[in-house]
Amino acid sequence: SHKHKLDFWKSKDMCLNYIQDAMLQKQWKRAAEFLTFYIESLEKDFSTEYMGPSEMIWRIGTEILCHCSHSNMKEFNSFIEQMKTLGVKRYLKVCLEHAFHLLCNGRTDEAYQSLSLAESWRFGEQTTAQDKELKLIQAYRGLLDYYNWSKQKQVLLEYDKNGFEDLSVEQEMHNSFRKAAVSLKEIIQIPGVWDFFVQCYVDMLEFYGDHEEARQVLSEYAYNSKFPANPNAHVYLYQFLKRHGEPKKSLISVLKILHDIVPCHELMIDFHAMLQKSKKRKKRRLGLEVIFAALDYAGWKENVKAWSCLAGQVKQITISEKHLEWLKQEWNSRKDWWPAFHFSRYLAKRNWQENESLAYEKALVAGILLGKDCKYFKYVSHQGCKDQKKKFRTLKKFMNKHSSVYLRISG
Amino acid sequence: DYHERCVQCSEVNWGLTDGGRFYCRTCHNVTERTREVVNSALTLNTRIQTISKGLRKQEKNDEGLEWYVCEGFQFVLRKQAEALEALGVCPQMKDEILCNFWRRYLQKSQQAYCNRPAGESIKVLSGCESSTDMDSEPERPSLLHLLSLSESDGDPLTDCSLGSSTGKVSESTSVCSGSVDGSLHFMKNQKDKLRMSMPMTLSFCYMALLWLRESMTLSDLLRFVVEGHIPYLNVFQCFPEKMKLYGLDLKIFCVESWPVYEEVYNKMLHLAAFLELPRFPDITDSCFLHPDMLCMKYLMEANLPDELHNWTCRVVKKIHIGEVDFLTFVPGNKSTRKVKYDVLAAAVIVVVLKLLFLLDDNYEWLLSDFAEERNKNNKEDGPYFEFKKWYKVLKKSLDVEQKKMDEEKAKCLWRCEKPLFYSAKKKSKVLKRRQIVVNLQHQFGKLSGSWQPAEKPNPSSFQLNWSEDNTDGSCFHGHSLKGILQEKCGLLTVMNPDYWLCTVKLCAEKFCGHLAHYRDLDFPASYHFVLRLFSFLLRIQPSYIHEEVCAIEHKLFNKKLYKKPKYKPGQRK
Repeated sequence: SHKHKLDFWKSKDMCLNYIQDAMLQKQWKRAAEFLTFYIESLEKDFSTEYMGPSEMIWRIGTEILCHCSHSNMKEFNSFIEQMKTLGVKRYLKVCLEHAFHLLCNGRTDEAYQSLSLAESWRFGEQTTAQDKELKLIQAYRGLLDYYNWSKQKQVLLEYDKNGFEDLSVEQEMHNSFRKAAVSLKEIIQIPGVWDFFVQCYVDMLEFYGDHEEARQVLSEYAYNSKFPANPNAHVYLYQFLKRHGEPKKSLISVLKILHDIVPCHELMIDFHAMLQKSKKRKKRRLGLEVIFAALDYAGWKENVKAWSCLAGQVKQITISEKHLEWLKQEWNSRKDWWPAFHFSRYLAKRNWQENESLAYEKALVAGILLGKDCKYFKYVSHQGCKDQKKKFRTLKKFMNKHSSVYLRISG
Repeated sequence: DYHERCVQCSEVNWGLTDGGRFYCRTCHNVTERTREVVNSALTLNTRIQTISKGLRKQEKNDEGLEWYVCEGFQFVLRKQAEALEALGVCPQMKDEILCNFWRRYLQKSQQAYCNRPAGESIKVLSGCESSTDMDSEPERPSLLHLLSLSESDGDPLTDCSLGSSTGKVSESTSVCSGSVDGSLHFMKNQKDKLRMSMPMTLSFCYMALLWLRESMTLSDLLRFVVEGHIPYLNVFQCFPEKMKLYGLDLKIFCVESWPVYEEVYNKMLHLAAFLELPRFPDITDSCFLHPDMLCMKYLMEANLPDELHNWTCRVVKKIHIGEVDFLTFVPGNKSTRKVKYDVLAAAVIVVVLKLLFLLDDNYEWLLSDFAEERNKNNKEDGPYFEFKKWYKVLKKSLDVEQKKMDEEKAKCLWRCEKPLFYSAKKKSKVLKRRQIVVNLQHQFGKLSGSWQPAEKPNPSSFQLNWSEDNTDGSCFHGHSLKGILQEKCGLLTVMNPDYWLCTVKLCAEKFCGHLAHYRDLDFPASYHFVLRLFSFLLRIQPSYIHEEVCAIEHKLFNKKLYKKPKYKPGQRK
């Protein structure tokens, strides 16, 4: 392109390199210095390129102003206003990011104004071209309406406590709700990840007692296949249903999907507990699967609760001698790597030093699955008995009683 | 002459205003009609006006005067000449030489000072908005009457003056450019007439400098341009206020690239031939441009021992490049290869370094160690030159200077306060943009602590300076070459018996434009370094120096190359 034949552009490219280097090294003054020399490329900004000088300057300038200690909000705002004039095609994007910046600096009112202003912007074809940004602007404005609603609600509750009433605040609150509801409802209909928006919307709906709508919204969000798979959606639905005393059956079906998506989710413990209480065999079988799956993940290695869940179920199975084949099935795919992963001698030592309860639960599981002669169990039970801890002695006895279980599991 | 009845009073009693319009003497009604000059003899005196006096007829629309592209260039040349004078060039350059060259150019390209006006057959261009007035004045010609003076008898005005045309100009030409003939400038497809351009102004300057045998090489000149001592970038700022610049004028006068040595040089050759200039004044061995002199200068700048000068002189003598007929510029003579004095001198030094040090990434270091040893026992003489030490010092300096230069390039500001716009419609947009730019520059300038464009360095002939007063021994001028030479038959000769040629065969310049090609990978690092050093000093690509080195080598080893050799010089492994 002709661009590269001119020394003008060559020197501007070099200038950009210096700016970039300075920014990467957090030398903001130096970056600002070189930016001053780059700025004149705006006068030759006829670019149809992906990223022309005006966009560069907007982004770089924003970074520098954020980090430079001498700059303040007023300067930043005036900078952004100029950036808005530079490119119609980017206008809404600049507005949106400006609003984010204001929010990050706690200036919610200014952000609200900015978003409202941007919302009413119309510019022929550009309006449709920048439709996405417009929707986001509406959504965030709706979010700020929610925020106002929330504040007003707090005020009312305070008044209530003290026996006051304030109709104007109440009126405002309802207005905010209406405005927020419209925007939020609209945005969450677009396939995407709208966690926070959904939660806010549901919060408002619950307050006004519109549970049906809330459930509808959450179900859509979780189950509509057009939306990207989002574990949080299921979590929100679960929490909602739990809040409203839904039967266990519904809760379990929601958590089942969560288990499928994210086997290591923290709710798996609750899920296991629910499943264990079930009378149905299938559920209890699932419970075992769930807890084993969770403990496959490194983040759960030292989770005492999880281990105690597993230990509890394993113990129960051992004692009842029913469903040993469950253990066999679960252990089959794990017997090659769980020993090194969870039950090494090193871990035995470490667990013992750091967390006795953890060691106890793990030892129980190890003893059943690997036999009482396994490294883990031997070490822990030895230490425990040495310290004359009663429960370890009990454990040892228990293991002696059921010493051959592991054979039936691993065989 | 005008014989219409006056609209207001119906008389036929016309006079001419100062602005060249007809007015009715009876009722003083001024018309839009202007008078065309037909009689050239009359115009001889009335038309010669100095531009600086600003006496212009036909102010159109209060937007400024009419001006022609070549007038613009004349301004530029004048400014450049003044700058050169400020740098120490003799005033003759501005007042006589450059002036005359320019006049001759105008003559040859038939833009002025000649009998036949150049624009005779050129019609008004299409593609521009046409003026609605076109049809209402049928007598108005569509020709551009440029100057039609007879050959000037050398009226030595200090300002080169141009007559102005009072021919009526079609308004449509002026829409596309502030100048009258801006659009024509690009339409003229006359290679032999050598279209004027900004780089060519430097060709003019250099040509004048060469004629006067001034102590300024082309690389010096171009360096002064980049450093801002000679007007080039944004020189149109010095045009008079009324000379409005827009549209196609920008393409002509607005510079967005630094001048390239080759381009300026080649244009100068064409120009000299075009102007049919005679043989230039002799370049003798007392001239600055003579290789002996330039070698001395570059040796100093490169911090090399003075003793190397003996060797450069020997090489110069041996291959006869110090001779007057070789060095002197004869325009138009296509058979002889033209001399680039600065490149030549640098190349000579490179060849000498190769002769003494071989520069094959091995020998020079061995030799340096050898010299170091000898230096230990050396009590009486001055220190012996050690290549290693020199390399360290130079590399460090070169890296520092290069880094500075790169940063300065990145900080180059191309725009100026004078707004540039392509059409009147865009003017407000351009001005708004300019305002934003200025605001942003202030805002970020404050943040960075200081907002000023890079300081112009003081003009100096030398870019690198080495002082013998430095006690750290970083100046090698006085060092002796004895450490690396050996005595043979009472003479000091090189210890190095070998030499490697940069290229065994020279390319045919006619076909590929070059004598040789410089490919980074093929040569030893020391050779690259030496080229890089001179490339930095001369501000040119290393390949130019490399080419010259090849040419010199081929002259030097001519006999060995072209006889059936037992000893075959070639690329060393």
